[in-house]
Amino acid sequence: MIRFVVRRTLLGAVVMWLITLLVFGMFFIAPNNVAETLAGKQATPETVALISHRLGLDRPLLEQYGDFLWNALHGNLGYDYYHGQSVTSMLAAAAPVSISLALGAAVIWTLLGVTNGVVSAVRPGSAVDRGLTFFALFFYSMPSFLLGLLLLTVFYYRFTLAGLDWFPAAGYAPLSAGVGEWARHLVLPWIALAMLSAAIYTRLTRGAMLDALGEDYIRTARSKGITERRVVLRHGLRSALTPVVTQLGIDLGTVVGGLVVTETVFGLPGLGKTSVDAINNQDLPVIIGVVLVTSAAVVIASIVVDIAYAVLDPRVRLN
Amino acid sequence: MTLLEVTDLHVGFPTPDGVVHAVRGVSFAVEAGRTLAVVGESGSGKSVATQTVTGLTRGAQISGSAVFDGEDLLTATTKQLEAVRGARIGMIFQDPLTSLHPYYTVGWQIVEMIRAHDRGISRRAARRRAVELLALVGIPQADLRVDDYPHQFSGGMRQRAMIAMSIALDPALLIADEPTTALDVTVQAQIITVLQDVQRELGTAIILITHDLGVVAEVADEIVVMYAGQVMERAARHELFYRFHHPYTEGLLASLPSRAPGRGRLTPIPGSPPSLITPPEGCPFRPRCAYAFDRCTQTPWLAPVFGRSDHESACWLPSDIASRDERVASREARVTSPHEQPA
Repeated sequence: MIRFVVRRTLLGAVVMWLITLLVFGMFFIAPNNVAETLAGKQATPETVALISHRLGLDRPLLEQYGDFLWNALHGNLGYDYYHGQSVTSMLAAAAPVSISLALGAAVIWTLLGVTNGVVSAVRPGSAVDRGLTFFALFFYSMPSFLLGLLLLTVFYYRFTLAGLDWFPAAGYAPLSAGVGEWARHLVLPWIALAMLSAAIYTRLTRGAMLDALGEDYIRTARSKGITERRVVLRHGLRSALTPVVTQLGIDLGTVVGGLVVTETVFGLPGLGKTSVDAINNQDLPVIIGVVLVTSAAVVIASIVVDIAYAVLDPRVRLN
Repeated sequence: MTLLEVTDLHVGFPTPDGVVHAVRGVSFAVEAGRTLAVVGESGSGKSVATQTVTGLTRGAQISGSAVFDGEDLLTATTKQLEAVRGARIGMIFQDPLTSLHPYYTVGWQIVEMIRAHDRGISRRAARRRAVELLALVGIPQADLRVDDYPHQFSGGMRQRAMIAMSIALDPALLIADEPTTALDVTVQAQIITVLQDVQRELGTAIILITHDLGVVAEVADEIVVMYAGQVMERAARHELFYRFHHPYTEGLLASLPSRAPGRGRLTPIPGSPPSLITPPEGCPFRPRCAYAFDRCTQTPWLAPVFGRSDHESACWLPSDIASRDERVASREARVTSPHEQPA
């Protein structure tokens, strides 16, 4: 087990190093010049050259990359081009927002999806099953930015007009401001981010449950005289959870795409918004910082999935 | 004493193509402490009939009655059925690998069974009982193996564990649905021996469902032969093997390696069973029967043959032993003669 984790961690580190190479390379292949942008339209070539020198952009590419790597290994991801802010501290400020958003949404979509899936699978073809299938298809086809805007229109705009000042329009309240305040700011973004996945998990769980409930060991469980509730939950769901947990691990790693949209719609100062701003500004150190953090999330998630797999299924124990 | 009496059982499964009439008017009875074998090829309705009795065929259209210990199981509530299943009727299934839950230890699964019916028993005591049961069915080092998962057991040991679980609450009846079919030949005999030991020690009645007449020959007290959802013939073991009447029984016996007349050449039954969505009029075996005649377009019913009330056959052929012997002899001559010519 320990050997497995060490091996996977080393492999993950190599992957992340390759990613830095890729991002660095892509940035310098793209036709743009940060120094010119910073200097403004009227700037003389001397000014541009000066800015270029100050940012270290006039040095050989390999030297720039070497510098970056050396500093990164010491926990310093450099400074942003525009305000000279430390990228590490920018990420440290943005990460709690994104983590709050992603984990809260994950709890919602998992609970909702698994519950719906189980209810669907217990009576396939029933009115309830069909209703939940419609629910799944509806949110499956709904882009999250549209859902976010709809939620804002109804629950912020209409509610506030009607004197129900329950949900804020935008912004984030840290946990230190109180759990209630924190959750109040995140409820709408959570829903916007969670519903697509809830739809996917509904279908995923339904399929896995139908497979599980058709297994011989379910017949055995019934033949033991235990209650149907126990047959479905302890025997059926126990097996159906394995693919769901696997998917959850992958999704927690790749949720960043959803964060970008949701954080932009709801004005949350998280990693998604940070990366959008950085890309718009060609702010290389920030871009690399965000990419590193998110790729670390993917790498860690995939290790956790493999461990979870072994914990869930005794047949793949890693000893 | 009659433990389970099934009368005129009909089971149909609605499908998009129509209702599949899997069981059509089946009656049989099991005496306490005895073994009834239900024999027939795949799709003859033998598993469906017994699973319906214990309420395991969901979504089926059911009629008839199945009186177990004075209680009709076909009209019982879910709660009543749950109290009977496991506690008074134990079940063993064909493939012990897929019949045990892969994510729980063997011991956990036995303990769950015990505690489902005996709320008062402690975890510790239930576990001790599980170890005893595993030892009883011949699992070595049962106190260690109790914490193993099914995939750590061999096929034969898994089936032993299934038996241990099914007899945990000392049921009056054990339904063994093809318990040896998925096992190696060498292991098959062991499992049958375990079942016989259980019956001798606990006095359990057994319904043994199988298509293997070789297994039946060793253990059954009475045999019911099923075909296309109906009972074709019913008799005590010895009577059925040596004085069979129905051509389908004859065909089953002729396809048995040790009994085939043609010196090692097996005689399969030609053709395949009829569709059970639109079962044919008359005798269902007619299209495959070597002796079919005009009257077979009418449906025969189970009637005593050879002047014995305990031997019934659903066939229009003459019911005296002399005509049966003549008929069998002429068929065996037909089967044997081409084989004896030099190649």
